[in-house]
Amino acid sequence: MLMLLALHLVAAATAPALVRRWGRRACYPLALVPAAALGWAVAYAGVVRDGGAVVETYPWVPGLGLDLALRVSMLSWLLMLLIGGVGALVLVYCARYFDADEPGLGQFVAIFVGFAGAMLGVVVADNLLLLYVFWELTSVFSYLLIGHHPEKLASRRAAAQALLVTTLGGLVMLIGFIMLGQHAGTYRWSEIAARPPPSGTYLGVALVLILIGALAKSAIFPLSFWLPAAMAAPTPVSAYLHAAAMVKAGVYLVALLAPAYAAVGPWRPVVYVVGIVTMLAGGWAALRQVDLKLLLAYGTVGQLGLLILLLGVGTRDAALAGTALLFAHGLYKAALFLVVGIIDRRAGTRDLTVLSGLWRRMPLVCAVGVLATASMAGVPPLLGFAAKEAVFEAFADNPPLLVAVLLRATLTVAYSARFAWGAFADRAGVAPTPTRPVEPTLLVPAALLAVAGLALGVLAGAVGGLLDPYARLFGATGHHLALWSGPGLATGSSALVLALGGLIFALRKRVGAVVTRLRTPVGGDVAYGYATGGLDRIAVEVTGATQRGSLPQYLGIILLALVVVPGGALLFGRPWPDRWILWDTPLQAVVALVLAVAAVLTVLARRRLTAVILVGTTGYGTAMLFVLHGAPDLALTQFLVETVTIVIFVLVLRRLPPRFSVRPMRGSRWARVALGVAVGVVVSGMALAAVGGRRAVPISEGFPEPARSFGYGRNVVNVILVDIRAWDTMGELAVLVVAATGVASLIFQHRRGVGRPRRRDLPTRSPGAERVWLTAGPTLRTRSRSIVLEVVVRLIFHTVVVFSIFLLFSGHNAPGGGFTGGLVAGLALAVRYLAGGRHELDQAAPVDAGAVLGTGLLVAVGTGLAAILLGNPVLRSTVLDLHLPLIGDVHLVTSIFFDIGVYLVVIGLSLDILRSLGAEVDRQIEAEDEPGTGLRTDGAEAGDEPGTGPRTDGAELGSAAERRRR
Amino acid sequence: MSPDLILVAVVGVLFAAGVTLLLERSLSRVLIGIIMLGNGVNLLLLLGGRSGDAPILGVTPAGGMSDPLPQAMVLTAIVITLGLTAFLLAMAYRSWQLTGHDEVRDDPEDRQIVRRAERDESSVPDDLDVGVRPWAEPTGRTEEADPEQVDPEPGPRRLDREADDA
Repeated sequence: MLMLLALHLVAAATAPALVRRWGRRACYPLALVPAAALGWAVAYAGVVRDGGAVVETYPWVPGLGLDLALRVSMLSWLLMLLIGGVGALVLVYCARYFDADEPGLGQFVAIFVGFAGAMLGVVVADNLLLLYVFWELTSVFSYLLIGHHPEKLASRRAAAQALLVTTLGGLVMLIGFIMLGQHAGTYRWSEIAARPPPSGTYLGVALVLILIGALAKSAIFPLSFWLPAAMAAPTPVSAYLHAAAMVKAGVYLVALLAPAYAAVGPWRPVVYVVGIVTMLAGGWAALRQVDLKLLLAYGTVGQLGLLILLLGVGTRDAALAGTALLFAHGLYKAALFLVVGIIDRRAGTRDLTVLSGLWRRMPLVCAVGVLATASMAGVPPLLGFAAKEAVFEAFADNPPLLVAVLLRATLTVAYSARFAWGAFADRAGVAPTPTRPVEPTLLVPAALLAVAGLALGVLAGAVGGLLDPYARLFGATGHHLALWSGPGLATGSSALVLALGGLIFALRKRVGAVVTRLRTPVGGDVAYGYATGGLDRIAVEVTGATQRGSLPQYLGIILLALVVVPGGALLFGRPWPDRWILWDTPLQAVVALVLAVAAVLTVLARRRLTAVILVGTTGYGTAMLFVLHGAPDLALTQFLVETVTIVIFVLVLRRLPPRFSVRPMRGSRWARVALGVAVGVVVSGMALAAVGGRRAVPISEGFPEPARSFGYGRNVVNVILVDIRAWDTMGELAVLVVAATGVASLIFQHRRGVGRPRRRDLPTRSPGAERVWLTAGPTLRTRSRSIVLEVVVRLIFHTVVVFSIFLLFSGHNAPGGGFTGGLVAGLALAVRYLAGGRHELDQAAPVDAGAVLGTGLLVAVGTGLAAILLGNPVLRSTVLDLHLPLIGDVHLVTSIFFDIGVYLVVIGLSLDILRSLGAEVDRQIEAEDEPGTGLRTDGAEAGDEPGTGPRTDGAELGSAAERRRR
Repeated sequence: MSPDLILVAVVGVLFAAGVTLLLERSLSRVLIGIIMLGNGVNLLLLLGGRSGDAPILGVTPAGGMSDPLPQAMVLTAIVITLGLTAFLLAMAYRSWQLTGHDEVRDDPEDRQIVRRAERDESSVPDDLDVGVRPWAEPTGRTEEADPEQVDPEPGPRRLDREADDA
């Protein structure tokens, strides 16, 4: 059995490829897959006929009580016949039903085969949880199959409706399964059925929950509305899912549980009520349909109601009648759907008020259709007749139920006649419908199903014998399936029903008005509409209330939570320290005052550059505080970063308007200030509480000694960075690489420039007699040049670079390291750029920034991996003592290579920033100002627009930006 | 440990100013706020460790060292802030390129939902025909165009690469 399931899975996976290769003909080989299930079932017919079962068990998730327990007894065997047989025939039918160029056919066929596998899984699963898994799989596949035409509204809506109803039912059912399984101590149905747990309210609730799932799946009132809507699916889907297979899953589940639980509390009342309502309402609705497919759909709903009633009632005769009807219905309803599909495709409509004279144009189709309809109506000697007789026989001792099934059968006869008449007869006053020829491939599957109904009808006795093992679960003796049961109740009822049904059909003109007017007052579809519509409204209200789309508002709420929750805790907990100091040194107070004033002024600043310089002041102030705290590495880094930040700001601010726009959010200004102050106060309180509450010995007390013995360095902070917590640094490097790449991609948008920067790409302009200090200096406008700056840069650039390397190498034992070294080198490049323009930057660093970043990351990662090669943990330092000629003894700690990686990444970041926000923006400005004329036009320099330039400071950085600004 | 009140106050001021700027609409103001918040957080972390002299062996005796662990954490934070600053500035520049300013606008789709909620309407479910939508406006008036959604490379500012190569 597992092999069968696997076969379906493999076939579904390869189906798209097969359809691509062979087109719709791929359906023929794929039809062999469900046929294999049919063949398997036939091969094991002997075992189940004798009342045995085929069992396979494989462990899966033992902790959940979930194993692949597969078990085929009589009931599942019967459904396997339908699933395999009808599945194979419908797939053959698909080969002609769809056009050769049908879009999405490969996907459709794959899902179809997958559905067949899932359906097979439902009926062979012995474990309830496994059954649930397959059950929901069929729901999902049915969703995809119904939605085969996603561009059609009806298709999408029907698919979603079917999915929601069946999966929600399935979830309810899962709760029931779990309740039942926990109660019984096992999820194997065969074990539960062998020793059913004692009944009680708990069990009753579990059973009702399971029934809800089954009823939703089988489209039983009040959840029946999804099935007629699902007729939007292609007809093969309706023939398979909505006649033979999926809707039978609910019936199957009821039939599976009935032998053990039919007598328990709420079971019978539920089954009686929903079964009777559904079968009568469905039959009644079928009478007024003009669409042949919808007629069949409502007929199916009614028939499913009858099946639930028969199989749920829990008596031997009803069970026998139910299984016989289940099988007969699968055969004739699938055949009828296929016939409707043929009419739809070859006559162009399925509206029975338009169709006329098909019996003459499609005699064979007509014959097949009439044969199947006769089985539906219960005309001897077809299987439907034998099943119907058994139904009457089963309820012979229960007059109310007998009346109900008699009514039901009358309606069936009436709508069967309406179907046959509507599809094939001549319509007075309607021209014969033009048709196209019907290929054998379309006709044969339907014909086989119809003829099977005839053949099995003749062999009704044998069929009854085959079904006996299931019926025997309810009682040893009873009625037998037969075509002729002698004069009696059943025969009389059959005749009566046929006569009455025929009468209704004959009087259809008079009955018609009543049929149209009299409808079920309430249906599940109204509730479904209210539920989905209401959910949607709630979603809109909730989303509208919480997701306002305003960033300041979101931040405000988050920060308000910060003020209220931790602030409230501070207020009530009062975790204040018992002692504190005002300052370490009075110098801190001076720095703090400057810093605070700068911070307040930053908030008030209207001009961008003013704000930037003020925030820079707070940054330098912070660096001073670092110095006073005893953190020279931090102070060094902070100073450098502040400087680089100001350079970047200036590079960008030359393009942005000089003033902040004041328009937005003026009104809430005080609210924002209040929130800011509140957050400041709360954070201060948190700082007091956190520092005051610190009693344990800091872990870093133990760092200095290992720093020397393991990290081989004297600068503890640097050893932490490159050794003790090197993983953090590694992560940070990755962040920097991402940030640099982000900057470049925001500005360049495509790639970093046209090509790799090269020294010889320097434009040769104005080869004047002037003395050139920087190679690219002459590429700048004369007014933009500063000879003093050029000379200074020429003199100090290389020294600064050497200094950066010194910082890198000395950092392990003294303040410095890869970060500071890299920042110094980056600043050196920035100065080159500011003095000589973008071409000077290419002269200074004729490399791609991405390459530098990548190399840096590679070196850092390589160092870590090298440690593994040496047999150490990742990133562990080792000392290398080398004797190099000329240089002498070298004492090298491997973590220096890691720091070199850091150094390179920081340089790459600086280079990327300068290339993007500097050079590329320059180029964009030039291209904007002087379209088509190249780089240098001295004449075009009108005076600066007053008030637009960042001229608030005399610093070189600001004036460099001003030079580039127009 | 006994906290250093001056540093605590500085942290409070930096947070207050930073949060006030963070709640603004202008991206450059937001960025300045983030930088200030970053400095505040760095000081807050540093506060958690003991102050003293530089944590360098051979220069400072082990007893007099400041706590090196918060310093290592803050050092990486400082450099990350630099990367963040550069990235946000590039975003501000891009925003200026596209819209002419660097203000953070409300999300138009969210605003649409808010309007719909105010008018007690449903969402736009997938399974409605275009013509059936109650909010479909027969006059042909559409939601105002969102500049963010227009061609990312703006027409007038398109770069003249040929001109540069010439």
